[in-house]
Amino acid sequence: MTTFEAILLTIVTASTPLLIAAMGELVTERSGVLNLGVEGMMAMGAACSFAAAVTFDSTLLGVAAGILAGALMSALFALVVLGFAANQVGSGLALTILGLGLAGLIGAPFVGSRRDPIAVVDVPGLSDMPLIGRLFFEQDLFVYGSIALTVLVAFYLTRTRSGLMLRSVGENHTSAHGLGLPVWRIRFLAILFGGACSGLAGAYLALVYTRFWSPGMTAGRGWIALALVVFAAWRPGWALVGAYIFGAATVLQLHAQAAQFGVPSQVLSAVPYLATILALLALSIRRGRAIGAPGSLGMPFVPDR
Amino acid sequence: MRFELTPRASVSPVVRALAPVAAFITAFLIAGLVIWLMGRSPVAAFQVYVSQPLSDPWALQELLVKATPLALIAIGLAYCFRANFWNIGAEGQYVVGAVLGSWLALKTHGTEAGFWVLPVMLLLGILGGALYGLIPAFLKTRFGVNEILTSLMLVYVAQLTLDYLVRGPWRDPKGFNFPQSVTFDPSATLPPVLEAGRVHYGAVFAAVAVLVTAVVLGRTLFGYRLRLTGDAPRAARFAGFSTKATTLAVFAISGGLAGLAGIAEVSGQIGQLQPSISPGYGFTAITVAFLGRLNPIGILVAALVVALTFIGGESAQIMLKLPLDLTQAFQGILLLCVLAADALVSYRVRLISRGVAK
Amino acid sequence: MVSRSLIGILAGAAALALSAGGAAAQQKLKVGFIYVGPVGDHGWSYQHDVGRKAIEKAFGDKVETTYVESVPEADSERAIEQLARTGHGLIFTTSFGFMEPTLKVAKKYPNIKFEHATGFKRAPNLSTYAAKFHEGRYIIGQIAGKMSKSGTIGYVGAFPIPEVVAGINSYFLGAQSVNPNIKIKVVWANSWYDPAKEADAAKALLDQGVDIIAQHTDSPAPIQAAEARGKFGFGQASDMERFAPKAQLTAIVDDWSKYYVDRTKAVLDGNWKSQDVWGGIDSGMVVMSPYKNMPDDVKKMAEETEAAIKSGKLNPFKCPIAKQDGSQVECKGNGALSDEQVLGMNFYVKGIDDKLPQ
Repeated sequence: MTTFEAILLTIVTASTPLLIAAMGELVTERSGVLNLGVEGMMAMGAACSFAAAVTFDSTLLGVAAGILAGALMSALFALVVLGFAANQVGSGLALTILGLGLAGLIGAPFVGSRRDPIAVVDVPGLSDMPLIGRLFFEQDLFVYGSIALTVLVAFYLTRTRSGLMLRSVGENHTSAHGLGLPVWRIRFLAILFGGACSGLAGAYLALVYTRFWSPGMTAGRGWIALALVVFAAWRPGWALVGAYIFGAATVLQLHAQAAQFGVPSQVLSAVPYLATILALLALSIRRGRAIGAPGSLGMPFVPDR
Repeated sequence: MRFELTPRASVSPVVRALAPVAAFITAFLIAGLVIWLMGRSPVAAFQVYVSQPLSDPWALQELLVKATPLALIAIGLAYCFRANFWNIGAEGQYVVGAVLGSWLALKTHGTEAGFWVLPVMLLLGILGGALYGLIPAFLKTRFGVNEILTSLMLVYVAQLTLDYLVRGPWRDPKGFNFPQSVTFDPSATLPPVLEAGRVHYGAVFAAVAVLVTAVVLGRTLFGYRLRLTGDAPRAARFAGFSTKATTLAVFAISGGLAGLAGIAEVSGQIGQLQPSISPGYGFTAITVAFLGRLNPIGILVAALVVALTFIGGESAQIMLKLPLDLTQAFQGILLLCVLAADALVSYRVRLISRGVAK
Repeated sequence: MVSRSLIGILAGAAALALSAGGAAAQQKLKVGFIYVGPVGDHGWSYQHDVGRKAIEKAFGDKVETTYVESVPEADSERAIEQLARTGHGLIFTTSFGFMEPTLKVAKKYPNIKFEHATGFKRAPNLSTYAAKFHEGRYIIGQIAGKMSKSGTIGYVGAFPIPEVVAGINSYFLGAQSVNPNIKIKVVWANSWYDPAKEADAAKALLDQGVDIIAQHTDSPAPIQAAEARGKFGFGQASDMERFAPKAQLTAIVDDWSKYYVDRTKAVLDGNWKSQDVWGGIDSGMVVMSPYKNMPDDVKKMAEETEAAIKSGKLNPFKCPIAKQDGSQVECKGNGALSDEQVLGMNFYVKGIDDKLPQ
């Protein structure tokens, strides 16, 4: 394996949790709900998946527990912002704080446990292709899953009736309601999907990426996922690009250090964040004003009768 | 099954004021249940978390110390949030304010510079925070870049800048190469309000900020303009209010107050620059702002309440050996309850089974 | 039962508050700890907590121990004072950033004994202690020099502070002593603790041709990354064998147990004195976990080096030491660099082909 291939592989694994979480949040936001609680749901996903995986000695059950934990957290969020029409920004933050705290309580007994690496799935024949072979066809299932997820979400949002309904609810909930669309139910399901994805991303961190659990291990990745959705202008394809750009910036700055360029490491550490701002700026300038935020994003829905 | 919300026609101020109280009680009940499930006594926990700090002069003083930066930053955020602009980057503005203010303290270190140092430092702190806050505002107004993203990303950049400075150029030459600056001279130190106390003048600034903001938001055209921009942006434009000017103004205000909090903490509390100068005040302040429902007096109360949970959380670790995570979970529950209660006051919620209403 | 003991504690606390924090409660010594991270980090704070438990085990009913975890350095004074006010007779603050706050609180409570890890400011009731981890790093450097096939070894550092720099130098000098052509690559994670990022840093090193990873960050992620690639690494702070059974050659374990038990005993016996301890392998503070996954001759060499360091025959920083530019470092110790020179180390030794971030 050449160095170049190895670097690309590292970038793909570093980007995968960001992509999964961003894809979930993207769907939630497309339905008009802003859930800032990604970090908390991710932390819960990591803690619960690891706890379950160790207790039952099963990665599969672990993943299921992670997804379930994320979904349950998001259900709580849905109750507050949909049921009670509470402020979404505040509730999302509350969810983050709550999730980080609960994750700490749940994970505490599992500090010091570890899991074996999960199998790499080799697509026979294709993985031998030069350069891109290993990159695309010799990864763990999560990586394939995250790409499939992106394609499915893109297909769902643009090509299905249900996706169209979800988008119209997000664009303008009042007229969607007027047309007889079940605003509440669509948003509830979109929130649940977002939570499940965040939980899955957390499970990936705990079960594949580090293979142990420790408090605060999400280390701000939920916030990055949120930023990616904005960066992507709520389009799945761009979220994929954004996740890989961010992953690449994070990994390459470490390589730049190892390659001894003599630039202060703090400057290099700041690169991913500055790159994200600059990329977003460039995109905004090109697209002009219309950056594609769903029209009803973040607004509580209360139908007039 | 679904919920149905109906706006309440009129809500009496008494009910509105009682809502947070009810939320508190609910949050305490939930937390008590969790503690009981963990096999501990909820009553004992309540005593350690709440009653004890509130009946101890030392703890009350610490309450003020901890609440000061939270209140200062949250007050600034209230301007932004009221106008529906999401400045998530107060932590970064806090850091930059502290850095710019400290620059003067380090420049004048060991010289005979007089009384002017401290006021100029504070002004530089406000300026630094305001300028840093204006970056996302400018990117938003000029290029339409989403402010949530940029303000958050700039937090990391600010922290790394501080890190670079204290490990590099601003390191104390006599500090065994450890990453911290020299200790500030007395002329660059924000004095305590009471001699030998720990409450510094930042608390006074916070109190002033609360009062001024109460007047500005409640009784001035600018306050009205913010609310209109937040609630009905189109109406605000029709009324002749420039959204751009409003955006820049609120980010400058909230950045400036965060910067003031930063320099006040560094010069009044820590006494030197070090890699970490905030335990996440800028982020916690967002919670405080919402807990206080973006109302200046409410924010003051909320800052004290959140400070209480931190102090009570430490006591609980010491006395009851309850983990820190529990405190964090409680803060989350509390905020959710307050937000939900707030909504319940405004709307009547009915649970109806499917098929009844369409 | 919980609430009854709580009432006892409350009463004790109240009595203490009245007597202004005197040396009450002679019957049972309360020992308090302040941790910078969560006890579950499986690194730095975790090892201090192992030491805390050793105190409980050694003295049983005669002591009671408490800890406060994840205390932010910028806001630690209150937590330390809380311990001082709640009847603790001996308080350990276990991170460099707690230095100034510990000093302040120690001045306020002259009857309480304080112990601050890795700092350099002392008082009559404030000791400092640290461990010579660089001794262990010389040994792992030798192992790495022997075991590396590619001739390039790697190092994941947290921050370029003297302790870490001294570790890198010692590691490199060890490797150079057995392989004069060895090369080293250093990557800074800019974090003590971010498992995923540490893993990325290790992967970056592996991708660049490094085949042995040493780390000075807290989580087992780097050594795990080495294991996943079939390469080798060294555990940090605690024995990380269970995280990387095939990759861990040995681990440098921070073993505070003996020191903590000794100091607690000193307080119980009434002969505690302020001191500055910098313990190495000979003191038992630095422990090498079993040498594994290596040929017998390498193992034998490692054991001999360990014995030589323990007996004082070998000092990793014995003179002459040359800086990167070839200039000799002034030899201020007895045939080796002095403790102060090592504690404040801010240069790379000759042969390291990298620039130290300043």
